[in-house]
Amino acid sequence: MTDLTKLTMAEARDGLAKKTFTALELTDAFLGAIEKANPALNAYVLPTPDHARVQAKDSDKRIASGKARPLEGLPIGNKDLFCTRGIRTTACSKILGEFSPTYESTVGQNLWDAGAVMLGKLNNDEFAMGSSNETSAFGNVVSPWRRKGKDGKLATDKLVPGGSSGGSSAAVAASLCLAATATDTGGSIRQPAALTGTVGIKPTYGRCSRWGIVAFASSLDQAGPIAKTVRDSAIMLKAMASHDPKDTTSVDAPVPDYEAVLGKGVKGLRVGIPREYRVEGMSPEIQKLWDEGIAWLKSAGATIHDISLPHTKYALPAYYIVAPAECSSNLARYDGMRYGIRVNGGNLIDTYENTRAEGFGKEVRRRILIGTYVLSAGYYDAYYLKAQKVRTLIKRDFDEAWNKVDVVLTPTTPSPAFAFGEKTGDPLAMYLEDIFTVTVNMAGLPGMSVPGGLSSEGTPLGLQLIGKPFDEETLFRTAQVIEDAAGRLPVPEAWWMKG
Amino acid sequence: MNSQKIAEKPKSKNLIEGATGDWEVIIGLEVHAQVASNSKLFSGSSTGFGAPPNSHVSLVDAAMPGMLPVINRECVAQAIRTGLGLKAQINNRSVFDRKNYFYPDLPQGYQISQYKQPIVGEGAVEISVDGETLTVGVERLHLEQDAGKSLHDQHPDYSYVDLNRSGVALMEIVSKPDLRSSKQAQAYVTKLRSILRYLGTSDGDMDKGNLRADVNVSVRKPGDKLGTRCEIKNVNSIRFIGQAIEYEARRQIDIIEDGGTIDQETRLFDAVKGETRSMRSKEEAHDYRYFPDPDLLPLEFSNAYVEELKSKLPELPDEKRARFIKSFGLSAYDADVLVSERSSADYFEKVAEGRDGKVAANWVINELFGRLNKETKAIEDSPVSAAQLGAIVDLIGSNAISGKIAKDLFEIVWTEGGDPADIVEKRGLKQVTDTGAIEKAVDAIIAANPEKVEQAKAKPSMLGWFVGQVMKSTGGKANPAAVNDILKAKLGI
Repeated sequence: MTDLTKLTMAEARDGLAKKTFTALELTDAFLGAIEKANPALNAYVLPTPDHARVQAKDSDKRIASGKARPLEGLPIGNKDLFCTRGIRTTACSKILGEFSPTYESTVGQNLWDAGAVMLGKLNNDEFAMGSSNETSAFGNVVSPWRRKGKDGKLATDKLVPGGSSGGSSAAVAASLCLAATATDTGGSIRQPAALTGTVGIKPTYGRCSRWGIVAFASSLDQAGPIAKTVRDSAIMLKAMASHDPKDTTSVDAPVPDYEAVLGKGVKGLRVGIPREYRVEGMSPEIQKLWDEGIAWLKSAGATIHDISLPHTKYALPAYYIVAPAECSSNLARYDGMRYGIRVNGGNLIDTYENTRAEGFGKEVRRRILIGTYVLSAGYYDAYYLKAQKVRTLIKRDFDEAWNKVDVVLTPTTPSPAFAFGEKTGDPLAMYLEDIFTVTVNMAGLPGMSVPGGLSSEGTPLGLQLIGKPFDEETLFRTAQVIEDAAGRLPVPEAWWMKG
Repeated sequence: MNSQKIAEKPKSKNLIEGATGDWEVIIGLEVHAQVASNSKLFSGSSTGFGAPPNSHVSLVDAAMPGMLPVINRECVAQAIRTGLGLKAQINNRSVFDRKNYFYPDLPQGYQISQYKQPIVGEGAVEISVDGETLTVGVERLHLEQDAGKSLHDQHPDYSYVDLNRSGVALMEIVSKPDLRSSKQAQAYVTKLRSILRYLGTSDGDMDKGNLRADVNVSVRKPGDKLGTRCEIKNVNSIRFIGQAIEYEARRQIDIIEDGGTIDQETRLFDAVKGETRSMRSKEEAHDYRYFPDPDLLPLEFSNAYVEELKSKLPELPDEKRARFIKSFGLSAYDADVLVSERSSADYFEKVAEGRDGKVAANWVINELFGRLNKETKAIEDSPVSAAQLGAIVDLIGSNAISGKIAKDLFEIVWTEGGDPADIVEKRGLKQVTDTGAIEKAVDAIIAANPEKVEQAKAKPSMLGWFVGQVMKSTGGKANPAAVNDILKAKLGI
């Protein structure tokens, strides 16, 4: 029998419809793979096999009775930032302890209502703060990808899967689920997708409900999928997105059938190439990839236009004011009073300090401190207010660009995947990982990363597409053209299954 | 000598005497009124009072991970209505901010409030104190969440938290520093409370903590620049507001006159000792790190919406007072008393409708309110309905009963109930206007008291004694005017 885990979501959907295999067989295949791979990759912080089998059996019943829903019986992973009813949810932070929500996130509920099967909770950077999945309280996620040495053999250095949705990207890349939920505040879907050869889309702010997702920075957070292919990501986003009266920032707009636009091509599409993204120190490989992307779209009939997004250089510093400011307030609720861990002290202040010192990791503490500082009296105008002004200017840059182009093409990251510890000592180097992705969050636009090729070391590289608000459809059809031209990247050799 | 008498400047009654001369006290109030609504400002939980601890708490109120606030439109409407009642600027766009601080009864770690852009801007409240009318400026009104309640007396080692109040909507109404005496401050809060109750936007129940005030007090020599102020937090009765201001003003004057300076600080009022005490100094003040709440979009509504709410506003105390004076010919004092509560005004209006307004006012204020006060009953619980009191007034008006009998009748209706006209009929309380019957009674009295008749001729004021005797013999039912006339004629005075 073929390895069911190697199927794409669309293929698995067809297989279930044709009754080539059952949902339970499909689920069991993934559960088996997780059991073997997770000790090496650490993509899942909590596999939920019993839960998955119950859902899969239900799906089989529905398929048998001809009542299959759009994602019936398709096994996926769920980032630990999404609250799951009766199933431990920690945002990969110690501070939440064994917290088990009594509620399900709206995005999660949408997926289960569409028939998807949850295989387990996926690892991520603590509270989604990180670009390498090295800040999780449950330890690092290891990328299934490895560099290739000059001899053509795999090196043994462990590479990061990107972050913060590192569990999601690694699980999808290693075929430990068909697709995964993820969230993106400054690049947390697109950067890990780029580093693992997977497809990730952060939709327009407001497209997916934030209700029931542990908040990092409310004005930037947005849920989206990481999947194996452009089509799979379209299937996922269609199911995840909805208008939710429980989230007043979610938008009451119809969710289109994204799959329907995939074959439409890019003939006559105007593609913008922002000159400000040619940053100093960008690796020649990334430049080459970008040029290739331009060439693919051109030959598919798109027109290429140089554009300027003049405030791009202020995006990263402004982001690292806005995001920590919001996080410093959003994380105030983790005070040891109602749920999660509590470390008692002699008085109330000591209890707060002990609890939060014990519960939060170093990166989270750093961002809370930065955020508290930039909001404090006397600094608010100089930092937070100025950052908000930059944000307005960034939005304006894009508004002007949309007069000339329909979509923007850039690299997703300034460099290929890196090894553990390479950037952890220098927070600024780590923050630079987000340089191409944060502007999209600051402007609330949809952004997508699609694999473009491999680096000289044999590791994946991603191209980023940026679209107009609520025009995810253009991203999907453009991404499909890139995927068709670049070809799907070779599945990494399953070194983690050995031994 | 060239001594010339200098006309003494009339001393303002609002000044406080100190050892170094007179002082002026400057008062501004921040009144927190709980919005009358079924559910909380950002969640669907009930706002019901008196429920067991933590029984009205939603996931949002408890700040569970991933929970988001959703504005309760009814609370917004209530704030707009209140703004309109305060003749204030209504802001079609306002912004919710987060006020960040840690406390166990504040689950989110921040209070959602409105800081730079409140829903209601400047307005005014008119008050009258000792016959003097004064306009008090309102600086702003904003919506905010209430916190939960910390209970420190439930366990020897632990404090408990009740989150039933957590997230309940409050309106903070900030006055300008226009008040100059404790009496004015009390009148302001009384009037504000009355307006809120008329509008139905807050029940203003101070016993339940649904209306409380932070009182800002400073003192200065008249004409000097403003002094340093102290803020007295959470004063929860109108009487305490007066006491707190009196105490605080005197405390500040004493400090300054002893050569000291006032420290800007937050104080609390100890109702048992009748004094204010320091809570925290300016240095210890929190840095609340206000910033716009990213979970909530700016609050926006149209002018048409405001107009629609405006068109449905009830008549407010000031307008009602003016109308009562004009249409019923009431004195300003009586009108004030009657309009202070909407229920009293409504009751009065039912009694006065189609009758003599002054007589109706007299009966409502003197007999009814007097009796209600004596038994500490609210007007809603009055055993005598407006219709019954109206019937009594009718019986007086038609000369069916005398004023004295009317009081007895009121007492019967109060204790036994029933239709006043029936009672008069059945119990034979009807006034005797038959002159023949009265003449008979007068004749009998005159015949029995020849000495008094002689005395009365010399001293006409003795007439009163005869009137009393006739009334006594007729069981109070004789028409007093007729008795008077007949007596005068028979006695020849």
